[in-house]
Amino acid sequence: MTVENGSIELAGIVKSYDGTTRVVDGVNLKVPDRAYCCFLGPSGCGKTTILRMIAGHEDPTHGEILIGGHEVVGLPPVERRTAMMFQSYALFPHLNVRDNIAFALRVRGVGVQERRKATDAMIEKVRLTELADRLPAQLSGGQQQRVALARAAITGPKVLLLDEPLSALDEQLRVQMRQELGRMQRDLGITFIHVTHTQLEAIAIADIVVVMEKGKIKQAGPARDVYDRPQDRYVAEFLGGQNVLAGRIERIEGDSAIIVSQEMRDVVVPLGVRRTVSAGDRVDFAIRRDDVDLVRPEIGGSSKRAKVPSRVRAIEYQGSFVKVILDKIGDDELIAYVPDRVFYRDPFSVGDVVIAGWEKDKARMLARN
Amino acid sequence: MTDFANADADSVPIRRRRALAPSSNGRPWTFYVLATLFTLYVIALYGPMVCIYILSFQDVRGGLVFPMRGTSLHWFVDLFTQVRTGDVKGAFSRSIRLAVVVTIITVVISFLSGLAFRKRFAGDSVVFYLMIGSLVAPGLVLGIGVGLICNVLGIETSWYTTALGAQLSWTLPFGVLVMFAVMSRLDSAWEEAARDLGASAWQTIFLVIVPILAPGLVAVALFGFTLSYDEFTRTLLTAGSLNTLPLEIWSMTLNVTSPSLYALGTVTTLISFIIIGLCLGTIARIQKRRVSGPAVH
Repeated sequence: MTVENGSIELAGIVKSYDGTTRVVDGVNLKVPDRAYCCFLGPSGCGKTTILRMIAGHEDPTHGEILIGGHEVVGLPPVERRTAMMFQSYALFPHLNVRDNIAFALRVRGVGVQERRKATDAMIEKVRLTELADRLPAQLSGGQQQRVALARAAITGPKVLLLDEPLSALDEQLRVQMRQELGRMQRDLGITFIHVTHTQLEAIAIADIVVVMEKGKIKQAGPARDVYDRPQDRYVAEFLGGQNVLAGRIERIEGDSAIIVSQEMRDVVVPLGVRRTVSAGDRVDFAIRRDDVDLVRPEIGGSSKRAKVPSRVRAIEYQGSFVKVILDKIGDDELIAYVPDRVFYRDPFSVGDVVIAGWEKDKARMLARN
Repeated sequence: MTDFANADADSVPIRRRRALAPSSNGRPWTFYVLATLFTLYVIALYGPMVCIYILSFQDVRGGLVFPMRGTSLHWFVDLFTQVRTGDVKGAFSRSIRLAVVVTIITVVISFLSGLAFRKRFAGDSVVFYLMIGSLVAPGLVLGIGVGLICNVLGIETSWYTTALGAQLSWTLPFGVLVMFAVMSRLDSAWEEAARDLGASAWQTIFLVIVPILAPGLVAVALFGFTLSYDEFTRTLLTAGSLNTLPLEIWSMTLNVTSPSLYALGTVTTLISFIIIGLCLGTIARIQKRRVSGPAVH
């Protein structure tokens, strides 16, 4: 059997170590060949376990894993054509950069000449030629990561699995290496599965973002879909950038629900795909923080806008925008990202009474579970 | 803006510095008390040995007590040429050979059991406590027991069979305990990475685990060697007719009344130090090779 392409299919994957608690609880997913897919979730959500099962370091309790259309459960990593980049990189401390990268060829019994040639080519590709004789301890975090990448890529895998690849780096380097990962993925033309708990990292780099919670997939799709159109409160809050507000439906008017709560009066939210709700239901809806704008109460505004009277609780300058934290709506944060040029035309101060408003159709009804 | 930066920098640190330094010249009186205690301890520890080394360099008139009578290497020559001082050369060569065999067996078995104990296995805690048991059992009792059983079974005791076994009962638990400490630093990600890259189980052991653990294995070897080289209580009743070096020294204290005895002490100490130095040097070299340069993690 030879795996010829890097498409991945997970069918009903369950993993349980003790027979009762399921670390991974029924995951179904298709990742096309040559995609960059990010598993996103807090620690303990099962994302790393899924990665390790795809890699062949663990077997699923139930379910099938198909790579390139072939069932691979039970096969060793080499036969799966996968390679893994470990969280701490797991570079061999006693081998220099060249020998680390050549390791896979060495254990396959590739001749010295051929091994040297292939290794040097790979070293060139990750731009480590000057450092080829250094030991891992003599490299910076970013350089270590490139060695780990090269070591994993030298066998020509169809799928590269990356476990929190950027978590060991400092902020600046993280952004730089993120770009480098994207470049390598295009260069190698293979599938990347990248596990992370940082949403910025995931949406910046991935074609497909898979958001996980407690062993289950919450939402999977293109980065922009997941960020802009979260399904429920969990996804919206995890990806950030959204206000998630709870209220009660007072009545349904055509395609919209009229929502009320202690602090909100007659906020109109389009139903979108959530047509099963009815009057009296408790619901969540989301409005992007940068869709919220603030006006002083005397100005008012058009009737096409949803309006919530509030008060400025804190102001944080963020450079290109200003984060204005308003009084909570029930237990939920209400935050507006105001472009800094707009904000400083007529700056608010803490304690000011404001009307937070947004265009009605920008709000999105969320699923409630 | 400079006002913000300097506002409280002047007053706070000075008060703190006073609180941390009670005596005028920077060191509290307790430092001198403890330093004196430590010095006395070192003198008590090494003084007697140093006396023996000094007395071994007397000339032919030399006796067993101070004052020194001349200086020469007479007693060292005497040690290796005179038959009346006993079979020092033979005992020495037996001890070295025995220690080498003990070292090899200790390193191999400790390494393998270290690997075994990383994974839980049925009865692992029983094995562990049995091991600790043999560590705390009085050596002489263990030696007598081995001698007794050999007597009952009609096995002839000798330094390379029964004494070897008796010594291993001492060095193995030590080696395994050291190995536990060494193994605790072995990140299983290295093994997984090796497997991920296609290495077989054997390749993983010889290309990854052994080289990474090399400093620890040298430390285990050092333990094995030195513990065997000066083992006395367990060897006393199990070595049979030919003596190891510690047994030879002991018998010399009973019947040799010349500074040769001290010369022997000097020589054996020197050999111990050379071996310890070699081992520590090797470990230091391996460590240095790995961490030199700008280590960034």
